[in-house]
Amino acid sequence: MIDEKVIEIINTSLANEFELDIEKMVPDALLYEDLGLDSLDRVDTVILLEQAFKFKIREEEEIRQIRTLGDIHTFVINKIQSLRETEGAIQ
Amino acid sequence: MRRVVVTGMGSISPFGKGVDILMDALMANRSAIIAVPELADIGSLRTRVAALVTGVDPKEIPRKFRRSMSKMSVYATLASQEAITMSHITEEHCSSGQMGVSIGSTVGSPIATHEFYADFLRSNTLDNIRATLFFQIMNHSCASNVAQVLGITGRLLAPSSACSTSTQAIGYGYEMIAFGKQDIMLCGGSDEFHPLSAATFDIINAASINYNERPHMTPRPFDINRDGVVAAEGCGVLILESLESAVNRNAPVFAELIGFSTVTDHSSIADPNADSIESCIRKALGDASINPDEAHYINAHATGTILGDIAEAEAIARIFGSSIAVSSLKGHLGHTMAASGALETIATIGMMNRGFLIPTRNLDNIDPACKGLRHIRNIEQSNIEVAIKNNFALGGVNSCIVIRRYKHDR
Repeated sequence: MIDEKVIEIINTSLANEFELDIEKMVPDALLYEDLGLDSLDRVDTVILLEQAFKFKIREEEEIRQIRTLGDIHTFVINKIQSLRETEGAIQ
Repeated sequence: MRRVVVTGMGSISPFGKGVDILMDALMANRSAIIAVPELADIGSLRTRVAALVTGVDPKEIPRKFRRSMSKMSVYATLASQEAITMSHITEEHCSSGQMGVSIGSTVGSPIATHEFYADFLRSNTLDNIRATLFFQIMNHSCASNVAQVLGITGRLLAPSSACSTSTQAIGYGYEMIAFGKQDIMLCGGSDEFHPLSAATFDIINAASINYNERPHMTPRPFDINRDGVVAAEGCGVLILESLESAVNRNAPVFAELIGFSTVTDHSSIADPNADSIESCIRKALGDASINPDEAHYINAHATGTILGDIAEAEAIARIFGSSIAVSSLKGHLGHTMAASGALETIATIGMMNRGFLIPTRNLDNIDPACKGLRHIRNIEQSNIEVAIKNNFALGGVNSCIVIRRYKHDR
């Protein structure tokens, strides 16, 4: 999956779930301050991403460092890459 | 004891959004009962009728608040907003610590509970469970969600006594104000329809099953051909306020509450009992310090069940004979469960202020066992001074409030 497609899936999922203005969904947008999300939305964001990309991330330490929409994009892209590499190593 | 008045009302009913829409539909003697064919998909469920809320847009509520709401909290929030607008309640009142909320429901959201177990029992994981689920299925969901939206900082109470819920919610709010613990209480009840609501009555042979093709002909309170409850949904809320507070802020006053009673009937967890109902009404009259001949109208609980209507009619006849006007609004609205006490109190206050008595819909032939009362069968002009609202519940919970036309005597 190319990175642009990943970003589109993330943005669409979050926009639909949290009724976000797509115009505000720039990479630098802070999740709490700019997009108006909070701790409950953070929990649901993890569920949305797990459902969209079929991976498990709830226990990952890096999630706690996420502050911006761009952080989510980077985290998911890296996660997909990491899974690919793991799968490749096994094969 | 402080005097307590009603300074605002809000309604989400099967007739739509708003108190005026509710009153206009009742005055026009309309039925909100419809056929719900999809109930046929549920094995062994015989009833196929209900009264469902229409004309409500949940998106009127910002997502931040809406995300923790099921339908019943959406109804409670929209009804509460109507009530505080009517009452000219400001954000400062809500956050004063002197305003509380007392809104209950029969259970937490049955729809959210259903969805949770549908996923959990299939997947046996919590992977798909949203963070906001609990806030929809907790028993105080409606009260909490309303308090969050309105910024209410006073007491929070969520009585849960099935069909008696909102009369208790009103009664407990009334007592808090009368005893000086709060100045303003937002009181009522809310419920959302789920097939389990209908099934609860169907299982115990107390749901209407013979009018599935003629929904507007059921339920039939006090009628010889009645065959049970029609489940409905909605929300009613009233703003109760100390008379002093209402006068000080020049609030509109729609009625005065002068008495409340609630009793437990241990004779049966399911069957109504005339002795207990009589006791409840007499205690409410005592709380109001009035004699039976000072009351003019009873808005009956009468849901259209065989046993319930007879027990209530018997109790009313023992206390009042045929001197008091009686009608039930279940024939129009169905049984809005936890909302019924509040919605029907609002309608009773509406009758008081519009100068009319609304008849019992579908009462074509009075059951001889329910005779001896002055049943209202056609719309009547009447200047009600004192009215009584009855509400009885499965589980053996009876409750009753006494309402008086407000006299501008202060």
